[in-house]
Amino acid sequence: MNAELPLWEVFIRPRNGLAHKHAGSVHASDDVMALHAARDVYTRRGEGVSIWVVPSAAMTASDPSEKDQNFEPTASKIYRHPTFYEIPEEVGNM
Amino acid sequence: MYSQGLIGANATTDEDEEFLARFQARIDAEEKIEPNDAMPEGYRRTLVRQIGQHAHSEIVGMLPEGNWITRAPSLRRKAALLAKIQDEGGHGLYLYAAAETLGVSRDEMTEELLSGKAKYSSIFNYPTLTWADIGAIGWLVDGAAIMNQIPLCRCSFGPYARAMIRVCKEESFHQRQGYEIMMTLAKGTPEQKELAQDALNRWWWPSLMMFGPSDSASEHSDQNMKWKIKRFTNDQLRQNFVNATVPQGEHIGLKMPDPDLKWNEKTGDYEFGEINWDEFWRVVKGGGPMNRERIAARRKAWEDGAWVREAAMAHAQKRQARRDAASVAAE
Repeated sequence: MNAELPLWEVFIRPRNGLAHKHAGSVHASDDVMALHAARDVYTRRGEGVSIWVVPSAAMTASDPSEKDQNFEPTASKIYRHPTFYEIPEEVGNM
Repeated sequence: MYSQGLIGANATTDEDEEFLARFQARIDAEEKIEPNDAMPEGYRRTLVRQIGQHAHSEIVGMLPEGNWITRAPSLRRKAALLAKIQDEGGHGLYLYAAAETLGVSRDEMTEELLSGKAKYSSIFNYPTLTWADIGAIGWLVDGAAIMNQIPLCRCSFGPYARAMIRVCKEESFHQRQGYEIMMTLAKGTPEQKELAQDALNRWWWPSLMMFGPSDSASEHSDQNMKWKIKRFTNDQLRQNFVNATVPQGEHIGLKMPDPDLKWNEKTGDYEFGEINWDEFWRVVKGGGPMNRERIAARRKAWEDGAWVREAAMAHAQKRQARRDAASVAAE
């Protein structure tokens, strides 16, 4: 069997002004083919106005087993949230 | 934390009229402009400059507050101040990244800040003399920044608008922690209240200057409004800030240092006294009390960090070489 077609991650901008969001992936021989495939696979019903494709091999992800040590500590840092500070109602929105 | 009305940007363009009309039609239709879209050179240049100034302001803005971390009066205040300054660093990074989408490099922007070519908000060239200044900065400086930044969430340039949405979400805690500090001092001993009033006296006028020159003196205001880079004029935003802030000061028994300040029933606005624009331009152009020290601190941080950046790159190259050797050996 020949070498498998490379994998690409697909990001789509759903509407004017929004950021691209991960939609899924496609196999394609190169970037142009990947854009075509992404268009056909992921935007058949007006899902987007712009596509990015990135070689999957170029992505680096955080280690799932390190989830707690990465993200748990922010839960105790409640002083990063506006509601931690007591502002009298009469002062209005702040 | 902050964006000042653009200082001295040149927004002239040479594109033909048809191109400019097409671009303007997109803006008028509230289409966001994205990095790969065709755009007038003046639009690009104005944004590079504005987002760059904004990013520099976030980074330089860490310095006056950093001055009080070790002397915060309690662990609660210290944790909050550290978190706030960390946020400002993050805001600088979001903004540098947004500017980089326009084809300017991070190192170029850093170079312009360190050489004094790029400007940043005049407010950070004032010293933080007492703990109450940390309260005044959160309440007034971050309050003014929010007033400026909320309309920037609808800026016509997509990456800037999206960065601003993220910044605004985080900014609310900054203002509230500052106001809480002021409120606590104002309710404290007479000496503590005096400390709060003194900080207000020193930060009030520089905070009003944060909105930039008056509309009549701001050369490029019209073009930037037309391109929807900004949505309100400097004077409109300044008035909104005064209207919002004066009652907040009154509520905690502090007095704005402006004898001309008075409520106008008819317009629904607070009228306020004349801003000292000579001081504004002096501080913007490098003559503020802390300009030299701020740039010196940034330069020192950049130079002292050089070996870390070099070591990190050398380490990455070594690891890559090792990986390459391993994959050759495996074949």
